[in-house]
Amino acid sequence: MVPKVVPEAVVVVTKALHLYLVPLIILFSISSNAAVLPEERADALYHSYSGGGIDITGPAVLVRTNAGDSVSLSAKHYVDTISSASIDVEVILGASTYEEERVENSFSIDFLNEKTLMSLGYTNSKENDFIADTISFGISQDVFGDLTTVSMGYAHGSNKVGKTGDPLFSEISQSDNFNLSLAQVITKNLIMSAAFDVTTDSGFLNNPYRKVRYIDTPTTFLLENEVYPKTRTSNALAVRGRYFLPYRAALHAEFRRFTDSWGIAGNNIELGYTHPFAKNWTIETHFRTYAQSKANFYSDLFPYSNAQNFMARDKELSTFNNSTIGFGVSYEFAKSEVGFIDKASVNFKFDHIQFNYEDFRDARLTSYTPGTEPLYKFSANIMQLFVSVWF
Amino acid sequence: MLYKFSFSLLVFLSLSACSLEPWVKPYERANLADPIMSFSQDPLSQGYMHHVYQAREGARGAEGGSGGGCGCN
Repeated sequence: MVPKVVPEAVVVVTKALHLYLVPLIILFSISSNAAVLPEERADALYHSYSGGGIDITGPAVLVRTNAGDSVSLSAKHYVDTISSASIDVEVILGASTYEEERVENSFSIDFLNEKTLMSLGYTNSKENDFIADTISFGISQDVFGDLTTVSMGYAHGSNKVGKTGDPLFSEISQSDNFNLSLAQVITKNLIMSAAFDVTTDSGFLNNPYRKVRYIDTPTTFLLENEVYPKTRTSNALAVRGRYFLPYRAALHAEFRRFTDSWGIAGNNIELGYTHPFAKNWTIETHFRTYAQSKANFYSDLFPYSNAQNFMARDKELSTFNNSTIGFGVSYEFAKSEVGFIDKASVNFKFDHIQFNYEDFRDARLTSYTPGTEPLYKFSANIMQLFVSVWF
Repeated sequence: MLYKFSFSLLVFLSLSACSLEPWVKPYERANLADPIMSFSQDPLSQGYMHHVYQAREGARGAEGGSGGGCGCN
């Protein structure tokens, strides 16, 4: 959270006052809202992901409202309906399609005391073969004349892993996350933030369906179960900035560096531009690129069965890169057009991602000698249509 | 040595927090308060995109809240 005022409120008030009072009104608005509860708003979103043989669609709803002057409550409901004929499903399961649903529900409560905001949250996610419960705690404090916001948080996750078709399969895993962030006003047009995050996982960390492949004969391969380490620790450091341009538009940039105890190192960079026009419209465009190195125990093709203590052929653990280009358009209804609510908006966002794998091959192509198949690549289209209301 | 330095720094920061003059005055923050300058303008949409990337990349964290589970088989 960063110090902010509500521009609409400031404009309404200042219209009725003499010009010399403007700085005073803005000063009052900011100083009284230096630490504020999150906005009261409701969002209803329909999302669609299509790429690499996977289609995922579903609704999501988020409602946040205040209870008195110092408590904010929020609830979120999110659904993924997944239809998959991905490369993993075809190679590993030997099936052409695979369908399932994931439902996630979250609740959180925020307490505001002077310049301190404290948050408690709970999330439950259910699939037919995976149940995840997460509790989280966060605290945020404005300091240094409200130019700086320091936040820290902790989350604990507990997961139950099952396997469709194997009622005796039951495993657990746990995760602990610590995060620290700092938002800093640099100039009257520039704000930056830095976030540092440490996550540790323990327990059963593989996908129970995924398998590795190994050479059987010079022209054939066989499959066997993946074996992952029982622990994983990762660090992520991100720096972000937003710059206000003189003609009311904003540039934003982000850099994140990630490393983990499995040997993966990844970087992503994002640049974006937001431009309001014609009073009610806002357009936004962004470009993001990501690259990572593989996990130490990843291989597309192992030389023989049980070649290592730990073995993985998950393409998310391979060496790869991706690039995203996206845009969004938003129309905001004025207060007079929507009656009892403060404002409302209709939004559409589209993203196109291209994934290029550097050591994950398309094992569906059986006409090739194992290890000589073309490298796998795919693209994905992501659409979001959502309505937001502020009240 | 490091402990003494850390303690001194903590005391300095604690005291200076009470007396530090903001170099961006409150009445100069109108641009920063514009919604287009928000780091989390649309939290539901932002959370969804974090989930899209988390499910398909080895990297995770330092990007804000997101739910558990994967939904990515």
